[in-house]
Amino acid sequence: MPYISLEHHLPGITGLLEYRKDSAAPIRELTQTLLRGPSTLTEGERELIATIVSYRNECTFCTTAHTAAANILLGEDDTCAKVKEDINSAPVSDKMKALLAIAVQVQQGGKNVTTDAVKKAKANGATDLEIHDTVLIAALFCLYNRYVDGLTTVTPTEPTFYTALGKRLKDHGYNRLPQGYEHLNN
Amino acid sequence: MPHIDFNNNFPGIRGALAYRPETAKPLGELAQILLKDTVGLSPAERELIAMYVSHLNDCFYCGQSHGEIAVIYLGDNRQLVEDVRNDYKSAAISDKLKALLGVAAKVQQGGKHVTPQDIDVARSHGATDRDIHDTVLIAAAFCMFNRYVDGLDTLVPTDMELYAQRAKQVAEHGYGPHIYAGQQPL
Repeated sequence: MPYISLEHHLPGITGLLEYRKDSAAPIRELTQTLLRGPSTLTEGERELIATIVSYRNECTFCTTAHTAAANILLGEDDTCAKVKEDINSAPVSDKMKALLAIAVQVQQGGKNVTTDAVKKAKANGATDLEIHDTVLIAALFCLYNRYVDGLTTVTPTEPTFYTALGKRLKDHGYNRLPQGYEHLNN
Repeated sequence: MPHIDFNNNFPGIRGALAYRPETAKPLGELAQILLKDTVGLSPAERELIAMYVSHLNDCFYCGQSHGEIAVIYLGDNRQLVEDVRNDYKSAAISDKLKALLGVAAKVQQGGKHVTPQDIDVARSHGATDRDIHDTVLIAAAFCMFNRYVDGLDTLVPTDMELYAQRAKQVAEHGYGPHIYAGQQPL
């Protein structure tokens, strides 16, 4: 049971974003820009950053949702699973390993980001903008994870829910659906 | 020295915002909506929550900036802001705000730290769904802002007078592009 009254058919973050649409609008726009906007990181790579931060924050709803999105965008389930297990041995580029390491430091706290971690990312080809976006994506998911769990929103347990959500995030990104969410009420 | 080259010498979040206007726009709008709102919690109460979470995250720039804005809203009552920062439980604020600061402190630790009892205490002192929602989202948002500011190692002014000058501008004009536009004092 969520701590506040939310629409029953909208679990996780969706019910919160519909509860207060004026604060939801800039959160959605920020997420759309960071995860789907023009970038030298692929959408799949950016979803991996969202996933690892949510995983470290132990937010089951966000971890499962962004794992589903990453899997669809990457076309396989292996990479995301291995990133969660161990970044260093995961099948991603050295640049991504360095950026994921920065994301994990941001998850712990802003002051935890070390000059060495940033140097390593730059040495492996990361641009200033990629480092900026990695830090802001990681920080944004520290918001989302606390928002979702701090109000104890409902976390569905059926895998099919997340497959559908992952597909929605691939097809529509993070903008509010033009038709709203009433069609999910069945 | 910031971790990346912002191409400007603005302090704190302003350096990062000016570096990437596409993400600065929704970040400014979110701050405006959450902190300038007058439904339920007053702007002073909202700034106190922002200041306190920033303090717990050890983000000096944000804690000082939002503390100074709260000072203005509270009719220059600097002592009250200091009291909330140092020990809100014994500060001269309402029991409702004390309970909500308790919820905000739990959110700062992590979403799962908020307990049904924390929410019950807030409700027993008159907190509404909207007050609880806004408190959790403000606290979560500052877990993002603080990580953004410190995760990129932005410049931190040591001249305390500069925070007061900037606070006056935010109190008068709100959060928006003027925060990161050029031709500004400090």
